[in-house]
Amino acid sequence: MSTDQSLSTQPAPPDGGGPGDGITQPRLGPVGWLRFLWRQLTSMRTALFLLLLLAVGAVPGSTFPQRSIDAARTTQWITDHPTAGPLLDRLGFFEVYASPWFAAIYLLLFVSLIGCVVPRTRIHWHQQRSRPPRAPRRLERLPAHREEVLDATPDEALERMRTALRARRYRVHAHDATSLSAEKGYLKETGNLVFHLALIGVLVGVAWGHLLGWKGDVILPVGQTFANTLSRYDTFSPGPWVDPTDLDPFTIRLDSMDVSFETGDKGKGQFGMPRDFRAATTFTGPDGRAERREIAVNHPLETGGGTVFLLGNGYAPHITVRDASGTVIYADATPFLAQDNNYTSVGAVKVPGAQPDQLGFAGFFLPTGVIDSQRGPHSVFPDTLDPQLALTAFSGELFPGGAPQSVYTLDTAKMTPLPGKDGTGQLRILLRPGETFQLPGGRGSITFDGVERFAGLSIRTDPGKTLTLVSALLALAGLVLSLVVRRRRVFVRVGPHEGTGRTVVSVGGLAKDDDEGMDDEVAAVLSGPEGTR
Amino acid sequence: MTDYTLAQLSNYSVYSSMVVLTLAMLAHGVYLARIVPARESVAEAAPERELVAAGTATGGAVTPPADTVAPAAAEEPASARKAAGIARSLTWLGTLLLVAGVVLRAAEVHRWPLGNMYEFALVGAMFTLLGYVGWSTRRDLRWLGLFIVTPVLLVLGAAITVWYTDASELMPSLRSYWLAIHVTVATMTVAVFTLGAALGVLYLVQDRLEAGSGEAGRRSFMARLPSARALERMTYSTHIVAFPMWTFTVIAGAIWARQAWGSYWNWDPKEVWSFVIWVFYAAYLHARATTGWKRQNAVWIALAGFVCVVLNFAVVNVFLVGMHSYSGL
Ligand code: HEM
Repeated sequence: MSTDQSLSTQPAPPDGGGPGDGITQPRLGPVGWLRFLWRQLTSMRTALFLLLLLAVGAVPGSTFPQRSIDAARTTQWITDHPTAGPLLDRLGFFEVYASPWFAAIYLLLFVSLIGCVVPRTRIHWHQQRSRPPRAPRRLERLPAHREEVLDATPDEALERMRTALRARRYRVHAHDATSLSAEKGYLKETGNLVFHLALIGVLVGVAWGHLLGWKGDVILPVGQTFANTLSRYDTFSPGPWVDPTDLDPFTIRLDSMDVSFETGDKGKGQFGMPRDFRAATTFTGPDGRAERREIAVNHPLETGGGTVFLLGNGYAPHITVRDASGTVIYADATPFLAQDNNYTSVGAVKVPGAQPDQLGFAGFFLPTGVIDSQRGPHSVFPDTLDPQLALTAFSGELFPGGAPQSVYTLDTAKMTPLPGKDGTGQLRILLRPGETFQLPGGRGSITFDGVERFAGLSIRTDPGKTLTLVSALLALAGLVLSLVVRRRRVFVRVGPHEGTGRTVVSVGGLAKDDDEGMDDEVAAVLSGPEGTR
Repeated sequence: MTDYTLAQLSNYSVYSSMVVLTLAMLAHGVYLARIVPARESVAEAAPERELVAAGTATGGAVTPPADTVAPAAAEEPASARKAAGIARSLTWLGTLLLVAGVVLRAAEVHRWPLGNMYEFALVGAMFTLLGYVGWSTRRDLRWLGLFIVTPVLLVLGAAITVWYTDASELMPSLRSYWLAIHVTVATMTVAVFTLGAALGVLYLVQDRLEAGSGEAGRRSFMARLPSARALERMTYSTHIVAFPMWTFTVIAGAIWARQAWGSYWNWDPKEVWSFVIWVFYAAYLHARATTGWKRQNAVWIALAGFVCVVLNFAVVNVFLVGMHSYSGL
């Protein structure tokens, strides 16, 4: 490859094998078959095919709901499509990026990549240290060629050309006394290899982060403190190699939560849009030092043992439940989850200590409440202009079978609704801050003391992210090099000019790929560093 | 000046730009109509081009391929040259008016004007025009004008009718200097991809015509455009500018996603499509370097990539549920 004239754009055969290998192909033993398959896999056509497959294969992940992103919507979709749903589910369409077929595509691609790049790197390494090939006999056959007659001896002319080529950063070698061979642009191939190798780095970084990273979410009402232990998380998803009992001991107290919404702009779709979220916290690190730190959207808090992101917010009405004797049996800031842009929020209050049966309340918190017969209870503005709590009450068994359940919904399978005032229908409780409702049948009372905001915090680590980022930037740099640098060969021959005693200098140029500038390059070489005239 | 007047001025600027660009489009069309070779001159056209080409080379011994040279001014009728001159001035004017529209919009909202679909479309159209007029100061691109100004007008039309959003502040997750970096480069890249796609389509048409090369085929303005080979090369040049830019866009987006959403890659629909676009264009560059693959097929892959660019803007923003819900619609 280093001596051929074509500067082929084709990658070299992966095993560096010569044409002899091709001849033995008809009688393929098992080893021969493996070599054949390997060669197919590492061919550029296969790589191209796999690339296109990867592009097409990624699309369904954006058109079907994905379980890892929105589990509820996924379940809903499958329920809505009783035939297609389960089938597509089995085919992995709701977890495209974790599905075996998607993994097969990119793993094959990367095996192909390694099989392609490693031998190319070896060849490039040798080529870098070898000399440019011998000048062809007839330079006028090359794609770019010029001739000129100089007032100089052949040796002087050759020396001038050598200087000119060096000045243009060519590597120059004279295979004989009347010619020069020069080559430059090795960085093109270097860039190409760096690009492809760095892609492997990106993949390794992603895999590393997946195996050793974790993330956990917690909802933290104002005034409360979160301690970084497994039991304090609402959800926790560790990578396969993570020991979730070994978390950094730090605490975060939410001092206040500042939120603002659009009130000035009455334009389409803008009124009530969120404008700013900020959580003021007191962070106590493992060393016990407490400091005030702010967490905002786009400004996460780096703790050293995980990064804390502010990803959500909402309201946690403070609710107190008393029994008939007035003893407090439940008192807590209870987060309700926002369902729309105006923070119509749903939640539940579970009072396992109530007598004679356990008590449960479920319903809505409305920061600016409106209750109409058509839409039911809903909020018309995200801020607390007229906060209301609209609940229904149930009695019975809160945790049938002890199965885990969401804190925001009530499992009413083993519960019965408390009846309304007249003994029929369902009891509807509507409370504004400070109000108390007496429960029927001597069950005590429920009080809406007031409302706090909560911050939805997500704490995450990704040990692979630095590798991924560095590799991605390297890939970009390599890419730019490989696309910008031009690989060029220039050959020079000198000979006596018939009868005049002057010297004919013939310069031919050959570029990898088509290269519009090769002509100018040959002209520039010929006109030399100080001009040939 | 109050923001309200700024808003009005911005809109007037965009409307005037559209009027001017419509006229520019017509002038570009007239130019192409006027350079159609007359029936009797068709036979001479080819050798004439060769001659002109050879004449431009500096060294007598070298004959560059005729196709690297754009149609020489000498063989154009005066009316064509006049139309091209008008088209050029009008395109510049339309571009400047659009720049003014964008700047006024930015002044009005006191922020980088890339917060919703209307603004993306406006700025994307602006970069496409700037790319075209900028490039045409360095080489003769009068033949390309119609194929750039027309799609730009379509985008602007959609922007003011379907995507129009009153100016307003940004969602908290958009408040970051990464907005300026990531989204600006993204829109610039889309502009370059647009140039590349226009060239790619022209290449495929020219290639078809050259292959068929009947008398009828050559009796169109296409005969005066650069050869298929030259068009293919220009297609490639635009894409090797755009592809690293898109790579950067994706990396910058990932860095920002980590800050705003906690994880650098979430397979959110917009991210999926950015990835798909990246892979398609990577496949294009790959296909072009693969021996045994036809250049035509490689360009088809690039055009598939561009279809994804369009879908990523017009469909993904509006219809697919994700975290990139900034369309303002
Ligand atoms: C993750 C998958 C891959 C991606 C995204 C990718 C992307 C690219 C891109 C964008 C280019 C053009 C830019 C440049 O010249 O550096 C390129 C060139 C190239 N790729 Fe890949 N590639 C991939 C896998 C492979 C594989 C598996 C092979 C080997 C079979 C391969 C071999 C090559 C070669 C030889 C070139 C240079 C062509 C030339 O000499 O001009 N690539 N690749």
